[in-house]
Amino acid sequence: MLNASLKELAGLLAGKKISSVELTQLFLKRIGELNPALNAFVTVDEGKSLAQAEAADALIASGQAGPLTGIPVAQKDIFCAEGWRTTCGSKMLHNFVSPYDAHVIEQFNRAGAVNLGKTNMDEFAMGSSNETSFYGKVKNPWGLNAVPGGSSGGSAAAVAARLCPAATGTDTGGSIRQPAALTGISGIKPTYGVVSRYGMIAFASSLDQAGPMAKSAEDLALLLNAMAGFDPRDSTSLERPKEDYGRDLGQPLKGLRIGLPREYFAAGLAADVAQAVETALAEYRRLGAETVEVSLPNSKLAVPVYYVLAPAEASSNLARFDGVRYGYRAPEYTDLNDMYGKSRAQGFGAEVKRRIMIGTYVLSAGYYDAYYLKAQKLRRLIAQDFTDAFARCDVIMGPTSPTTAFNLGEKSDDPVSMYLSDIYTIAVNLAGLPGMSIPAGFGANGLPVGLQIVGNYFGEAKMLNVAHQFQLATDWHTRLPPLSEE
Amino acid sequence: MQWEIVIGLETHAQLNTQSKIFSGAATAYGAAPNSQACAVDIALPGVLPVFNRAAAEKAVRFGLAVGARINRRSVFERKNYFYPDLPKGYQTTQLALPIVAEGGTLRIQVGDREKDVRITRAHMEEDAGKSLHEDFHGMTGIDLNRAGTPLIEIVTEPDLRSSAEAVAYAKALHSLVRWIGICDGNMQEGSFRCDANVSVRPVGSEKLGTRCEIKNLNSFKFMEKAIDYEVRRQIELIEDGGTVVQETRLYDPDRDETRSMRSKEEANDYRYFPDPDLLPLVIDEVFVELARAALPELPQAMRERFMSGYGLPAYDAGTLTASRELAAYFEEAVAALGQDAKLCANWIMGDLSAALNKDGLDIADSPLSSAELAGLLKRVKDGTISGKIAKEVFAAMWAGEGEADAIIEARGLKQVSDSGAIEKIVDEIINANPAQVAEYRSGKEKVFGFFVGLAMKASKGKANPAQLNEILKKKLAG
Repeated sequence: MLNASLKELAGLLAGKKISSVELTQLFLKRIGELNPALNAFVTVDEGKSLAQAEAADALIASGQAGPLTGIPVAQKDIFCAEGWRTTCGSKMLHNFVSPYDAHVIEQFNRAGAVNLGKTNMDEFAMGSSNETSFYGKVKNPWGLNAVPGGSSGGSAAAVAARLCPAATGTDTGGSIRQPAALTGISGIKPTYGVVSRYGMIAFASSLDQAGPMAKSAEDLALLLNAMAGFDPRDSTSLERPKEDYGRDLGQPLKGLRIGLPREYFAAGLAADVAQAVETALAEYRRLGAETVEVSLPNSKLAVPVYYVLAPAEASSNLARFDGVRYGYRAPEYTDLNDMYGKSRAQGFGAEVKRRIMIGTYVLSAGYYDAYYLKAQKLRRLIAQDFTDAFARCDVIMGPTSPTTAFNLGEKSDDPVSMYLSDIYTIAVNLAGLPGMSIPAGFGANGLPVGLQIVGNYFGEAKMLNVAHQFQLATDWHTRLPPLSEE
Repeated sequence: MQWEIVIGLETHAQLNTQSKIFSGAATAYGAAPNSQACAVDIALPGVLPVFNRAAAEKAVRFGLAVGARINRRSVFERKNYFYPDLPKGYQTTQLALPIVAEGGTLRIQVGDREKDVRITRAHMEEDAGKSLHEDFHGMTGIDLNRAGTPLIEIVTEPDLRSSAEAVAYAKALHSLVRWIGICDGNMQEGSFRCDANVSVRPVGSEKLGTRCEIKNLNSFKFMEKAIDYEVRRQIELIEDGGTVVQETRLYDPDRDETRSMRSKEEANDYRYFPDPDLLPLVIDEVFVELARAALPELPQAMRERFMSGYGLPAYDAGTLTASRELAAYFEEAVAALGQDAKLCANWIMGDLSAALNKDGLDIADSPLSSAELAGLLKRVKDGTISGKIAKEVFAAMWAGEGEADAIIEARGLKQVSDSGAIEKIVDEIINANPAQVAEYRSGKEKVFGFFVGLAMKASKGKANPAQLNEILKKKLAG
């Protein structure tokens, strides 16, 4: 049951082998047992989840079930869900109960899925280890001393430990792919604009993109079918015909050209990760694909460019958290400016404050041209690198993260070293391309290694099949962390 | 030393769209606090703006009306600062690429002189909410109904040289935005607000003096007084050996003075950057042409047509084109009368305007329709009544006694044009006043007025004045 695919679960529900209520209870029970060790969920509301499960059972009974009806899905706590506390991992929103649903939540509700609870995350999605959450660190199910990655670390740990069949994440610089890699699950960040950002609490608007996190590429396709779609409430949502992201599953890989950026296999990549990735690439060649070397010459600029643009946008996006209308307000203050200062000083954590300060600095008079404008220009060069590379290949592959999961606290005091754990993922956000990570074995310490697959714009269906074929031929994605074995 | 005054104006005009610039909430004024603020206006976590293109249509209409270049691609930027009535912590506005670019001008009239004031630019932005300091003891209330109301900010070059010119410009602009139907112009409700950048320099100097920006000019009268005060303050300061500091000043109408609000050093660094939640606004030829088609005949063109077509003097043409409603009233009256546009102009600018002013009414609310006024003037033209009697009839019409003909009939005001009857009256007056007759005949022609007065009185004002003059002259000549 814990390793069952979404398709299998839907079959069990349709065949009345299990009800949605029973399935939901099963996962709620697992959350009750394992969450204290993992801290993957920040909010669980059995009453709400079971009410949705009952409604789903009624739909199934009336023969109106869709592929996700009755399936429990954990939601990253960045998505506003009506009646649910929505914290974004911050003390600032400790008391915030959303009066409305994000587009992503609406889409899952429409599909009849069950909201299983809200998952932990780095505060305002700022972090690569899930250590910046106001609600405490999330532990990696593969090793409780290791980080699960971030910022969607709660969702990743929850899926990895089978506390839920699937979850949602958001990815601004790697926040779906890097935790997926570090916890041995699959996750996809679609092309920017495919999933509406409405109701998803903004970190860096021009980079943020929601996507699913699950056990397999096949499951991701079903989830993305529900999440994607034009939404007029998001001006950056793309108006395109509805796609079936599972349509290519089953296509053979013969003739597939896999581009390997030489910059992604250079200094800084851990040997055990390199080896696991090479083994995965060998499997792809065996499946009929060919590999070609490509170059992303500006990729070394991706991290610095990102750490100008993302904080710039964040410094403005987070200005609304001022203690005036909702959220945290300091208990004591002398005047308006003191109220702002104290509320924000007490409501935000250190990493969020660091990025607000960086962002404020790079947008300031006298620095704007040197930092923000320059970064915007470089962003175009980075995107152009990918366009050039895709002239020679169908997908790009490489490691998702340079190392397997590092230890809790290991990089907490060294932000730059923390930022470098997203070195392979960040450029994809800057270019707006789709990217995913799938399990590709284990490192020397027994922790999972992720293989990153980057597609061209709107290449999600192809990428999902490329991942699916690998998962048909390998079993990395079915491995359970010791903690989670039934 | 002789000083030259240099003024540039920045005007915020609310665009009269049904819904807000980035949300679907209504923009109507006066609703219960926060009843017209939706999730986007309150800036809940996760909400996003969606641009209301109706605002762009109105902004483009303005740009076309002043002859400015329209930017086919304009960009919304965020202006970041903290204030409780600014829910997002930034105002979405346009900076580097505004929708209305350079090239616009607005013609103003000061006395009998005309001047073209250059419009630097006009950009779209959202209004903030309101802070209510008075209603809550020790606290500030926040009403976000106004937050997100679309504004167009219209900026001039420093082309204005006196408070009179500034007021003339503000009035012309106020008239124009209402004329083209983009703003209701209600200054009490804050739909039309001006800030003035004021500086002085020695006459003949090319270099601009240090300017102060005066805020809170919510009437034309206050604008004039605030600028006059500020000019005096700056000149006195310089003449006393001081220097003007660039700052923002607030006009206090109760004390008739401007006060420092914040200096340049205290000014915010707004950290503008393009709003990543909004795509650049791209408008095509069709969009511009539709906006052009929505433009009525503009006041400038209409003024020229009134002069050439109706033969009106410049002053009349200017006055009658102060608003579209007034101009329409005039044109309807002329059409109904079928002749003598000048007579219509005189009456509209004279008795009608006076009556409207007295009752505090706009031309749109006039109790007398243009057709009714024409009905009265028709009787002046055909000699049924004199101009003087017409004033009496007008007053009766204003009081609601009915149409001109009915009042003339009921009150027996028809002019006496029967020369026999007038001769009879004149004979009686001459016979009854031999001394004055002798005076007149001795050359004191001023006494003529005395006889006219008596004759008019005897005829109860109904004698045809031209006929009366002629008969009197003849008879007095002996």
